Amino acid sequence: MITSTDRIEKEVYLRAPRSRVWRAIATPAEFGAWFRVKLGGAFAEGATVRGRITYPGYEHLTMEMVVERIEPERLFAYRWHPGATDPDVDYSSEPMTLVEFHLDDADGGTILRIVESGFDRIPAARRDEAFRMNDGGWTEQTQNIERHVTQP
Amino acid sequence: MSRSRSASVAKVAGAAPIFAALGDPTRLRLVARLSVDGPLSITRLSEGAGVTRQAITKHLEALADAGLVQHNWRGRERIWELEPRRLEMARRWLDRISDQWDAAIGRLKAFVEE
Repeated sequence: MITSTDRIEKEVYLRAPRSRVWRAIATPAEFGAWFRVKLGGAFAEGATVRGRITYPGYEHLTMEMVVERIEPERLFAYRWHPGATDPDVDYSSEPMTLVEFHLDDADGGTILRIVESGFDRIPAARRDEAFRMNDGGWTEQTQNIERHVTQP
Repeated sequence: MSRSRSASVAKVAGAAPIFAALGDPTRLRLVARLSVDGPLSITRLSEGAGVTRQAITKHLEALADAGLVQHNWRGRERIWELEPRRLEMARRWLDRISDQWDAAIGRLKAFVEE
């Protein structure tokens, strides 16, 4: 219960070639389409890219990504402030987490591994706040999406 | 929104980062011990810990600062116990972010497989 507090790891098989998955992750317009954010600018190592969340009910929020690493069709990594949900708060002095997308070939498709790490450095106050402000909302939205993607 | 934020900040004022508080093997052992054996005195917690009572006390106080443990007085001795709500909250925050990733991955899957 208290051993994996620093990272979240996800692995998924996608029935699409690696080049297709790479484009969906490493180009701002495509990233924004599924992540639900309208990003301005281009992804380049060291670049800061900002955008407005397009998720229904969260459109008043902006998000900021600092691109850390781009290895075409293998690795895309950026830093950000998870749960930065208060437009009145300046998060810039707070620690960021690192998000990595690792791509590998799989039979007829692509294995995508997503790792978000660095949670141990986020202040307790932020966790409490992010928790309270999102309470309920995400669970319901997750269910909506599940319904959406499982429809024939 | 700013009012609820100050309430939240006030609530945890002075708190050390909860996860950083757990990022020490001695403190992790103390938390594990308290979760298995319930409220314990410093004497009991020091048994077999391989560090001094003073060190144990310091670690417990760090955990208390993060809101993870609290103590009551029994005579002249402090009895320490776990504050499980706090741990649960940290855990649920990660679960929530994990849920958000699951949702995003679901959308990505639909996006690239269409």
